[in-house]
Amino acid sequence: MALPNKPKGELKAVKDPEVVEKEVDVLIVGGGMAACGTAFEVKKWLQPNQTVLLVDKAALERSGAVAQGLSAINTYIGENSPDDYVRMVRNDLMGIVREDLIFDLGCHVDDSVWLFEEWGLPIWKKDEAGKTLDGIKGKKMGTLKTGGKPVRTGKWQIMINGESYKRIVAEAAKKAIGDTNILERVFIVEMLLDKNKPNQIAGAVGFSVRENKVYIIKCKTAMVACGGAVNIYQPRSVGEGKGRAWYPVWNSGSTYYLGAKVGAELSMMENRFTPARFKDGYGPVGAWFLLFKAKTLNGLGENFAGSDAAKKELQKYAPYGTAAITPTCLRNHLMLFEMKEGRGPIMMDTVTALAELGKTMDKKELKHLESEAWEDFLDMTCGQANLWCATNTEPEKKNSEVMPTEPYLLGSHSGCCGFWVSGPDYDWVPAAYKVKADNGKVYNRMTTVGGLFTAGDGVGCSGHKFSSGSHAEGRMVAKQLVRYAKDHADFKPELPLSKQQIVDLAYKPVRTYLASAAYTTADDINPNYIKPNGMMYRMMKATHEYGAGTATFYMTTNKNLEIVMEMLATMREDCEKLAAGDLHELMRCWEIMHRIWTVESHLRHIQFRKETRYPGFYYQADHPGQDDKNWFCFVNSKYDPKAAKWDVFKKDYIKLIP
Amino acid sequence: MPSFVINEKCDGCKGGDKTACMYICPNDLMVLDPTAMKAYNQEPDQCWECFSCVKICPTQAIEVRGYADFVPLGSSIMPMLGTEDVMWTCKFRNGLIKRFKFPIRTTPEGAANAYDALKGKDLESQLLSTEESEGRQLPRPKELVK
Repeated sequence: MALPNKPKGELKAVKDPEVVEKEVDVLIVGGGMAACGTAFEVKKWLQPNQTVLLVDKAALERSGAVAQGLSAINTYIGENSPDDYVRMVRNDLMGIVREDLIFDLGCHVDDSVWLFEEWGLPIWKKDEAGKTLDGIKGKKMGTLKTGGKPVRTGKWQIMINGESYKRIVAEAAKKAIGDTNILERVFIVEMLLDKNKPNQIAGAVGFSVRENKVYIIKCKTAMVACGGAVNIYQPRSVGEGKGRAWYPVWNSGSTYYLGAKVGAELSMMENRFTPARFKDGYGPVGAWFLLFKAKTLNGLGENFAGSDAAKKELQKYAPYGTAAITPTCLRNHLMLFEMKEGRGPIMMDTVTALAELGKTMDKKELKHLESEAWEDFLDMTCGQANLWCATNTEPEKKNSEVMPTEPYLLGSHSGCCGFWVSGPDYDWVPAAYKVKADNGKVYNRMTTVGGLFTAGDGVGCSGHKFSSGSHAEGRMVAKQLVRYAKDHADFKPELPLSKQQIVDLAYKPVRTYLASAAYTTADDINPNYIKPNGMMYRMMKATHEYGAGTATFYMTTNKNLEIVMEMLATMREDCEKLAAGDLHELMRCWEIMHRIWTVESHLRHIQFRKETRYPGFYYQADHPGQDDKNWFCFVNSKYDPKAAKWDVFKKDYIKLIP
Repeated sequence: MPSFVINEKCDGCKGGDKTACMYICPNDLMVLDPTAMKAYNQEPDQCWECFSCVKICPTQAIEVRGYADFVPLGSSIMPMLGTEDVMWTCKFRNGLIKRFKFPIRTTPEGAANAYDALKGKDLESQLLSTEESEGRQLPRPKELVK
């Protein structure tokens, strides 16, 4: 349900917003791939008289990480087995993952990909001669489901024409759940526990970014899937280019905040992702490595990753470093070593790669190859294509620089931070991996809070889901949400705060602004409040300098961590004085609170884990190297909402798949 | 690479209840000045250059200018989104122009099958609705650590 647009300036934030109260059985918070999966699946299972509502901060048609499109689907099992999928993810993430969750996802992900293709997503195919056909021409080769052969780039990825990927997926989601069960442009800022039943989710608080309206939504069960966290570290570009984040700039860590704040256990928050991408434009490198077989060269023109020195370095991280596919963090590690030794910059040798491929191609095929290279950017990182144009870069004539980005937090890409959730209730899944609800039942993907589920970037210890896996996981959760609501049909959610208290909470930054704005002549400079923009810079500077940001080549120490944790605690105090003059700014106020909490969890976990598990992603200088004896385990943390205290602890890793 | 709105081309979506760019922007950046009836990007340094506003604008009033902090002047890339494909015009700083056409979907808009009639049966199993209806079996790990 799209709301009539009300522009900034026309409707300033007012002191007393209208209040809209709703009560549903099942609440879906988020609108990306995972939430669209839930929206598609949920009504297939909904029981008579059960109700559902999806709330999205943006418009479903283009929200989440796939808003811009994608040039590949990175997880399609196809001819491979879920067992091997587990092995690949485990190796990339240096051994410590939840194999139950990964295997389970691997059993369902292809079904979502088949749906995408049926709905209209063009998927590249191989013809009889092994040549590549785009998604329209490839149709005659049959669908993936009926045996059509995809164009693989590596073992797990398949190429697509994905400009409208999200629009297609959102279309099916909207139709399935129904327009009247969708609230767009409403930002959920807090989840609430039940007043009477301990550790049970009971509702959510949000507000419209279009109208002065606060939403109070009661529910029996909810899924929170709002993506990962971006702009929590100072990005390499600090002007306009700050928006050119690798992951979507609007992912504000809300997933982690919303769950953690009500006491859901987090896991592996120390795991981060600092992808190596084309410098500044952050265009994807996967197709260049895997499809075009390009190599990266150091400043001396050497293929450093293939050198004896590199092999020797990777030996240190056996068995991960010596596996056929080098883990993502270790590839960064090798690159950073070159840069620190003064052998930068790192260049992607596009010229040689295309020349090599061109040797066996006719003119028409060569033209198609060029088009493929450009589509890789235009489908998912348009700005990188413009950067090539602006710098007169034709990849067949001029190489491009590659650089590791600022850190990101996510659970669906080559990272695995998120919540500790229940595995599926199979006999082969150990009891320690199952979260038992109050009724003794196990609900797949439920967090440690009763009735609170997550998917996609929210599920910890289970990376490499990407777009397709997030969608499939959202669908898996849909069924569990319905089942939980059915099993708790008698539960009547009651919120712990009054209507007035909730409005006061959500609109606090507006009240702060209105109380003090008249005191000074310049809106942004006032000793009685801080605007979210200022707070954002403060957070970024602190994490950048002390929290293993790019400033120190991702290095931190015990002392640095002590300092940054103290700074973040002060920031949380100062967030009490955040001020919003309009609804857009109110959204930014809450986003920065979500970001601060999220990055604090990240650093708290780094502080706890006394080793360097992911060299290339971050380095703990006081604890260099991996310490399998003491740290081959998960690190979990839990915020106690009553005592307002954090607890960080180890959790056993259990190897399931040989 | 923030989006910008060309004054002459923007008609504020004629005062309709849904200003296209404002409806679509995933980061709530595009707004309508109701007096001038023109849209603008209210926070250019939070623009992801996703081109959603450019692609949806009914009067092609929105384009993108490279980020001031690292993109030299003089280039542009511009999409024309159709129902079956997208046509890109990429203009280099040195004047070179490249055009690319890529498919975007293989079915008519609105044709996605939502499987409205499909109702799941066994809420206790781990099968998704489509998997259940096709009688699929979920695999077990081939081998487990003993």
